[in-house]
Order: sequence, then structure tokens, then C-alpha cells
Amino acid sequence: MTAPTGVIASKEAADKGQARRERLYSVLIKTQGTLGAFGLGFLVPVVKLCLGDTPKHQLHELKQQLLVPLLGIVAFLAAWAYLAPQVQTSLGAIPGPMQVLEQAGNLWDDHLAARDKEAAFYERQEERNAKLIAAGQEDRVKVRDYTGSPTYLDQIVTSLKTVALGFIIATIVAVPLGIACGLSRVANGALNPLIQIFKPVSPLAWLPIVTMIVSAVYADPSEALPKSLLISSVTVTLCSLWPTLINTALGVASIDKDLLNVGRVLQLPTWRTITKLVLPSSLPLIFTGLRLSLGVGWMVLIAAEMLAQNPGLGKFVWDEFQNGSSQSLAKIMVAVLTIGIIGFLLDRLMFALQSACTFSTNR
Amino acid sequence: MAFLELNGVAKGYGEGAERTEVLADVDLHVEEGEFLCIVGFSGSGKTTLVSTIAGLIQPDRGEVLLNGKPIQGPGPDRGVVFQNYSLMPWMTVAGNINLAVDQVFGKEPRKARHERVARYIEMVGLSHAADRLPSELSGGMRQRVAVARALAMSPEILLLDEPLSALDALTRAKLQGEIARIWEQEQRTVVMITNDVDEAILLADRCVMMTNGPAARIGNVMEVNLPRPRTRKALLEHPDYYAYRQELLDFLEAYEGGANPDPAVLEGIKHKNQRRSPAPGCEAA
Repeated sequence: MTAPTGVIASKEAADKGQARRERLYSVLIKTQGTLGAFGLGFLVPVVKLCLGDTPKHQLHELKQQLLVPLLGIVAFLAAWAYLAPQVQTSLGAIPGPMQVLEQAGNLWDDHLAARDKEAAFYERQEERNAKLIAAGQEDRVKVRDYTGSPTYLDQIVTSLKTVALGFIIATIVAVPLGIACGLSRVANGALNPLIQIFKPVSPLAWLPIVTMIVSAVYADPSEALPKSLLISSVTVTLCSLWPTLINTALGVASIDKDLLNVGRVLQLPTWRTITKLVLPSSLPLIFTGLRLSLGVGWMVLIAAEMLAQNPGLGKFVWDEFQNGSSQSLAKIMVAVLTIGIIGFLLDRLMFALQSACTFSTNR
Repeated sequence: MAFLELNGVAKGYGEGAERTEVLADVDLHVEEGEFLCIVGFSGSGKTTLVSTIAGLIQPDRGEVLLNGKPIQGPGPDRGVVFQNYSLMPWMTVAGNINLAVDQVFGKEPRKARHERVARYIEMVGLSHAADRLPSELSGGMRQRVAVARALAMSPEILLLDEPLSALDALTRAKLQGEIARIWEQEQRTVVMITNDVDEAILLADRCVMMTNGPAARIGNVMEVNLPRPRTRKALLEHPDYYAYRQELLDFLEAYEGGANPDPAVLEGIKHKNQRRSPAPGCEAA
């Protein structure tokens, strides 16, 4: 009698396992797109392989998604490591991948050391103030901010803040203007020549003008928003405005005429037509524009920061270049890779946002 | 005075030598509660005609009167169901209908509006799919949403622009039945464009046949005096059915391939109409 119950028990366990596998599968299929968007698509075949699903096909997928990109990276690193030491500059040989990795480690250590120093500073200050209070000399209590130079990570954060500010200003300006252009031929006719003329202007040309204007208008800068940050941001705005503007106008202009006719039959007032019909239907193209804008903005930012001396990645590169120590080139290369990776992540972030906000065009 | 009147309506596009007249001199009277079908080849100005009634197009000449008042522009008193559904792809079924209800009945309390939305979703049998997006629906379901949205405006006239032409034959037959049921239930005037002869006979009180464009006119009007409610099967057994069918098909055949038949042929086709009814059965052969 024990045998059948045993069979049933093992069958139940198998059913449970099956159910768990199916749940895992549905999660996997749902996240597939997101993983792919962040360059982690190779995880899908790995998980499927672990579940024992068509090993041959999954291994092929894995090869395609993981091995081939890795091969590309390895080939690049090898070429770099071989070629770099053969060029002698005034700062020594061009650093290879290992030196760059070492400098990345150094920058991280510097960051940790600076944080320790900062913590120690505040600890001392608190101790001193506590003593003064205990001694009844509260009028002599002073609270000062730590004034160490920014670390590499601080500079990354500054850069991100700057590009975010510039991008937000650009969005606030470009989306309404784009809607106006898309809806009205008058607005489009008036703005189009200006767009065409200002679109190709380089950030380096804008910067002196922006510097003068910001200096004149923004006379007493606050701590949270230094002048250099605002100058860099506005320069980013001026260069990253255009893709959003053009794509928004295109998205609004290409709204399905039948959908607009539905709005006309319902006698929707203009504002509701914009919020209920025009905006949602042009959202995919608006996001395409925003994604392009953020890419342009991030690219422009480095140049702007170099010239405006905004303490971000651009200034880091510039300072290292001026500094000219034997480690400088390796540190600049760390910055180049950082800029590239952050740019990639920003793009993926916008892509994820875009796919979340995009409806299926299938009506 | 008829409920809806079109007097000498003409419409053309383009300028100078490029100009093509789409509609030339259309006179049409529609009674309240009538189901009117417009039949004709593509390019015979059917959609232009319905868009003119909807107010989406202004006629070059002539006038369109609803209840004796000229139509100035589009409005919710003339609900339109477009050929390609035209649902907002980013709104759910309920959201699409809600858009219409909020706009037309914005003064009603929220609860009443909710009930209204729910009632029309139920009328087209989509209660189970109220929260789905149009992309998750089949073509037939989307068309039902479009019908529900148009009905939810409580229009005086429902204008249907080839509402079923994109659907497969089975879904089409089912929706024809539903349109007939809704029409009987709601007692609204319906003007429907169709390219399907059987559909026209199944649904219409009168069939209006358009001549070929450019400068299309109304070529023939056929009253369909078949008992209601009609079903496909009952129609097939009705002695007059084939005569109606014959008249429509003869008309379409005369105009096939952009032909422009002479008036005598048209008179012949119309003549059949007069020979039909008194002697049931003999026409069917």
C-alpha cells in the first residue's frame, strides 16, 4: 500500500515543480524586453538553460548574445594593450587597459579616503562643539561645512545633475513649442527657420554668450545652483532642445485624422483635444525626441563643463590634461569610459521609459 | 419636412483643371427612425456624403438640414462610426466610451455617467472586456466599441461608414444582427454605407444607390418592404427577397468598372421595382 502513496507524493512534488517552472517562465518572458534593453539579454538563455529548456537552441542563443559581444570586447582590449605602449607622448607611453583599471581603482580609493576625511572632520567638529556646550560657551559653537576638493564620484554626480537640469529645461521649452508647431501652420512657419538655423550651432559657440548672459542675469548665485552649473546646463539646453522640438512637432502633425474627427464630432474643446488626443498619440515620437535630446545633451555637457569650469566630468578631463602627470592619460581614459557607460545607461533608461509609455499602434 | 434633408448638395476637391467633382446635386430626405443604406462602388462619394451629414465636410453648394436647421459643423447629435474604428489606442474600452460620455453628459453626476458607460458596453456585449485596450481586441470587438461610443453620445442620427467591411463573413453576420437589434431597441435614425447587397436588404428600410464618380448622384432609391425583425434565413425564404437583390445587383452591374449607362437602362432597373410587390413569388424566378 505504501507504493501508490509514494507515487502520488512524488507526482505532487513534480506538479509543484512544474508550476514553479511555469511561473518562472512567465516572469522571464515578461522581463525579456527590459533585460534586452539594458544589455542583459544573455541572462534569458542562461535561465532557460538552467531550467533544461531546448539546450541546443539556448546554447546557440547564449553564443550569439554573450560570446560574440565578449569576443568583440576582448579583441578591442587586446588591440589596445598591444598598440598603446608603442606611442610615446610627453606624458610617457599611452596607458593600456591594465593601467586604466589601476587608475580606476585609485580614483575609487581616493573617493573612500576623502569620505573618511570628511567624516573625521565632522566628528571633530561635533566633539569640539559638544565640549563648548558642556563648558557653557554656546556662543562659540561654530558649524562649518567640509571644504575638500570633490572626488571623482562627486564629479559624476555633478555632471548628472547638470545634464538633468539642462534636459528638464529643454523638455519644458521644447514640448509645448513642438505641440504648437504641430498644431498650427502659423507657429510652424514662424519657428521653422529659427529651428533650422540654431540646430547646427555647436555648444562651444553658445557658451561665451550663455556665460555673459547668465553672469549678467544671475547676479548672486545660491550654493545649490552655482553659476558654472547653470551655464553648463543652459548650454546643454540650447543644444539638446532641437530633437525634442522637431519630433514633437512631427508627432503632433502626424496624428491620425480620423481620431481628430472623433474629437470634432464630440466637440472636444482645444485643451481637452490636446490632453486627451494629441499628447497621448504623439507620445511615442516625443519620447524618441527626448531620447535623442538626452544623448546630445550628455555629449555636449563634457565640452560645456570644460569651458565653464563646472566641477563635473568635463572639468575632470580638463584638469587632468592640464595637470600632466604620468597618471593623467589613464585617468582621462577612465573618464572616457565612464562617460560612455553613463551615456549608454541614460539611453537605455529613456528607452525603457519610451516603451512603457508607448501604446500599440494597432487599432 | 423630413427629419434630415439634403438639398442639391455638391462637393468637389482641387482647383482649376485639377478639380474633380465628387458629389453633384444630391437630394435626399430621411425620415425619423428610418434605416437608410447607401450602396455604390468605391469612388461614388458615399463617404463624402456621410461626412457632409456629419458636418466634417462643408458642401460647396446645397444645404443639409437636420430638423429644419442647417448643419454648421460636426456635433454629438450625429454619432459617427468610422470605417477603421478610430478608437483611441491608449484608452481602454471603457475609457473610449467614457471620453464620449464625459464630453456630452459632463453635467450629470459621476455615478450616472458611470452607469451610462456600463450600459452601452453591455449593449454591445463587451462587459467582460471593459478594461482591455483596443490592441487586445479582435476587429469585431473593436467595431462594437466604436458603435457603443457613437451610441453613448445619444445621437439623433447614427452615421455608419462601412462599419463591417473590414470583418470576416461570420463576424460580419453576427454584427449585422446586433446592429438590427440595437436599431430596433434604440429607435434611432441610421444612415449606413455598405458595399454588401445582402447586408443592405437585411437592414435597410430604403436603399440609396449612388452612381459612379466623378460627379456622383443618387441613381436609384429602393424601398425594402420586408417584415421585421428580419433574419437571414427568413429573408431567403421570402418571395420578394430575390427581386430586391436583383434590382440592387442590376444597378451595380450597370455601373461596374466605372461605366456610365444610359438613362434607359436605369429606367429598366427602376421599372422592375414597380413590377414587384403585388404578385408575390413570381419575381423570384
